[in-house]
Amino acid sequence: MAAAESSERLVRLLTHDSEILDRWVEAVAEILRGRISRAELERELTDLYQALGQALREGGLNWRAEEYSEVRALLVELSRNRAQHGFTPTETATSLFACKDVVAPTATSSAEDISAYLQLGRLLDALGLFTIEAYARTREEIISAQAEQLLELSTPVVKLWEGVVAVPLVGTLDSARTQIVMEKLLQSLVDSESEQAIIDITGVPAVDTEVAQHLLKTVVAARLMGAECTISGIRPQIAQTLVALGVRFDDIVTKATLADALRYVLRRIGTEPAATGGPK
Amino acid sequence: MTDRVPILKLGRVLLVSIQIDLEDQTVLDLQDDLAERIVTTGAIGVVIDITALEIVDSFVGRMLANAAAISRMLDAETVVVGMRPAVAITLVELGLSLGGVRTALTLEKGLALLERGRATSADRG
Amino acid sequence: MTRLAEDVEQTVPIVSNDDVVRARQLVRTLAQQCGLSLVDQTKLVTAASELARNTLVYGGGGAMHCATVRRDGRRGVHAVFEDSGPGIPDLDLALTDGWTSGGGLGLGLSGARRLVDDFELDSRTGVGTKVSVTKWAR
Repeated sequence: MAAAESSERLVRLLTHDSEILDRWVEAVAEILRGRISRAELERELTDLYQALGQALREGGLNWRAEEYSEVRALLVELSRNRAQHGFTPTETATSLFACKDVVAPTATSSAEDISAYLQLGRLLDALGLFTIEAYARTREEIISAQAEQLLELSTPVVKLWEGVVAVPLVGTLDSARTQIVMEKLLQSLVDSESEQAIIDITGVPAVDTEVAQHLLKTVVAARLMGAECTISGIRPQIAQTLVALGVRFDDIVTKATLADALRYVLRRIGTEPAATGGPK
Repeated sequence: MTDRVPILKLGRVLLVSIQIDLEDQTVLDLQDDLAERIVTTGAIGVVIDITALEIVDSFVGRMLANAAAISRMLDAETVVVGMRPAVAITLVELGLSLGGVRTALTLEKGLALLERGRATSADRG
Repeated sequence: MTRLAEDVEQTVPIVSNDDVVRARQLVRTLAQQCGLSLVDQTKLVTAASELARNTLVYGGGGAMHCATVRRDGRRGVHAVFEDSGPGIPDLDLALTDGWTSGGGLGLGLSGARRLVDDFELDSRTGVGTKVSVTKWAR
């Protein structure tokens, strides 16, 4: 009985004035400073305002309840939108907090209205935190999607010469990435009918045992297919680490730089680079 | 009665193109047939084309290594051509490096390899 | 760690050489259904080939049970190779590279283990051997 009465008062607080929604939209537009269209903002907040009113009426203050499922769904969508468009978490959560200012009590407010305001304030705080969580989740999704794209982009296989392909590796190599490189490189040997491959690791800051094993396996697999692999650009620290780890590249041709490696493989396939007028 | 893999003769080179999913008995038969044909034809080279093979397990891997060793004993060089990347990666993981087996990317390159090998041995001889 | 079977399990008896080929083909079909990458398909089918041959040659024949499975939103292929042969007296030794009781290269069991994600070996002398493997889509 008391609960029903209090939720009725909350609904009244939120809806007693037809201008509340307009003032809320106004306040949020102020915060976001035109980086989102007025029409879109109005649509978002109108949906949210209506859902919130209905949830309050039916579910009271328990925002985790079934009655709030639409409010939560709208908030998740709003947070995703904000995250995708580069708004900060603060800007996202203030969309809700702004509503508190709009319904804030004045000097003439009754004690009951003030207590209803405090309850509504707590609810909006909780919902604000909920948007931050949804925001963070979206950001994580974006980051992992970008990581995947980066992985694709960061392992280009380029044709250096007729019959010579190379992968210049840049950045930290982990087991998954090395495996992708290996597969791409071997496939490119088939596609371009290249008998020589160069794996350049000048841009790789560190190599662990697992990655070194993958590189070794790539070289052996290429050999099984009838191609040769040269590894170039092994930094002194990496060479030291590998030897300390007990990894040996005894059976593999290694060259100091990509240029040295290219010169070596061109000699192997019987093309002298000087013959084409390039620098000696 | 199981299928047998055909062995074609191209000049002094024998060409084996494996087109079917190999049963173990077929693999053993191929090894026998190949040794036989090297002697009867006086071949100096063998090209085994495995482009169509979706997998090479230890049994087939052993046949390839054996075929290379046997043909070398019979004075013929063997080249395995057309191994798919996925097959190569799997063989490495399996622990098979096919030591002693020469390989080439394509049939054409395999034949060229045999040609070059013959030229160098002729120089020496 | 529970695996949820997605589909009905299919069984291939392994009593002759062409059954090994059939087992390989079934595993490949399921691997394709699960969206395993080409390299992972090849690894799994190769492992299945090794294990099916073991079942036939060392176990004196048996069967393979195979099904697509799902765990934590990932799909995979689960295959069990069972025989009622003499069993493996020393499991550790059997999983060592290069060790063989037959005429193979001794890479069958140890190699198959490296090619799959989950590998379980259960063998009792005089009762039989059961090898379960799973490969998950990346």
